[in-house]
Amino acid sequence: MDWLLKDWFSHYNYWIAIFLMMIGFYTVISRGNMVKQIVGLNIFQTSVFILYISLGNVAGGSAPIVREGITLFSNPLPHVLILTAIVVGVATSALGLALIVRIKEAYGTIEEDEIREVDRMRESVEIHIEDALQDKTLHEDTPR
Amino acid sequence: MEQVIVTVLLGFLAATAVAVIRIKNLFAIVMLFGVYSLLCASVFLIMDAGDVAFTEAAVGAGITTVLMLSTVALTGSAIRIDKGSDKRNKLMPLALVTLTGLALVWGTLDIPPYSDPAAPVHQHVAPRYIEDSPQEIGIPNMVASVLASYRGFDTLGEVAVVFTAGLGVLMLLGRKKRKDQNKS
Amino acid sequence: MTRDPVLKITAKFLIPLIMLFALYVQFHGEYSPGGGFQAGVIFASAIILYGLVFGVEAASAVLPMSFLIRQAAAGVLLYGGVGVVSMLLGGQFLNYNLLAADPVSGQHLGIILVELGVGLTVTAVMVIIFFVFADRNRP
Repeated sequence: MDWLLKDWFSHYNYWIAIFLMMIGFYTVISRGNMVKQIVGLNIFQTSVFILYISLGNVAGGSAPIVREGITLFSNPLPHVLILTAIVVGVATSALGLALIVRIKEAYGTIEEDEIREVDRMRESVEIHIEDALQDKTLHEDTPR
Repeated sequence: MEQVIVTVLLGFLAATAVAVIRIKNLFAIVMLFGVYSLLCASVFLIMDAGDVAFTEAAVGAGITTVLMLSTVALTGSAIRIDKGSDKRNKLMPLALVTLTGLALVWGTLDIPPYSDPAAPVHQHVAPRYIEDSPQEIGIPNMVASVLASYRGFDTLGEVAVVFTAGLGVLMLLGRKKRKDQNKS
Repeated sequence: MTRDPVLKITAKFLIPLIMLFALYVQFHGEYSPGGGFQAGVIFASAIILYGLVFGVEAASAVLPMSFLIRQAAAGVLLYGGVGVVSMLLGGQFLNYNLLAADPVSGQHLGIILVELGVGLTVTAVMVIIFFVFADRNRP
């Protein structure tokens, strides 16, 4: 219990980042609505952003822009990585949302388990059709 | 003082995230996600990351919300309510997430404390960027000089990814007219 | 597309300001927070606001899809082109030292060009994505 109290404030940011990451992870892996899964993926992503920016912070530091009278700066490297990651993230989520729109058009639903059900039904229908076709060809082959 | 504000804002963030996964209406989820992004931007601003906060506010609270709303307009905003049998299926992911979370928390105990100036992250390339970039590049914003010059190759790749994602969306959704012609 | 006069007047007032702010962020990014990524997103949000208030047809009349695709490609090509030019001048790929008479102004010129390329691509891609999604929403 001692380490918990000691580390509370110094590691609070990381723990919140992990909490958010796990919320996003849960939304993605529990079969549900696909738009919700994209939102979960975005929450996962922002948790990584928070972790990086927390790591780059320096006590008493300032934003990494040279100005008069400022000597201590935060680490600019995580800022650069995260800045580009945010814009790439929105572009890739847009791709995911576009896929969802196509799935809705093809299946009529965006619930993951309903999509699986539709797939299963289509497969069994296909097997029936194949069986029927094979039966038909067999009957045609046999001489009357 | 700064740490107190960060603590409160991160608490808000966690609460918003919990609300996002509990709500059963997609429209509300998307709007809450906009709130979440804006809170994120405030956290970044207080952690001295002005550029990142700027981007997150414009992208997360602006563009992402608009895109998600247009998707929800196409798919409908109702989420199917869980039946009793589905609830049992949620236990497995919950257990997995809890285990992973605990393992990660155990891992964070080795990370140096928040905003420690002696952390290894601040020892390697960052001092060079901070000390030499004003003379070498001649511009005050270190984020811009690292982004466009020291790590220009990285950024070229990122721009290519954004371009490719745009093309991908265009290929997936941009062919409606042709389909209509085939139908008629 | 809205018929609300308040929204229309406010949007008409805000859109030029948002665009001007985007240009400021783009070209002042070396001195204050900003740069191509942010400026691109802000410029795109001005066009998206126009599309939301006055209809996507009106917005696509201003920026047709063929132009946007070319703009997105031109941004990436401008970025890569700066790298190739610095190679042709005898330096390494994307090392801007040789672009001007002295290394510091070379770096300055290179960063401005590269950020411009980033801004062009990001604006175009964000607007393309919005147009495509909004197009699907029309019956």
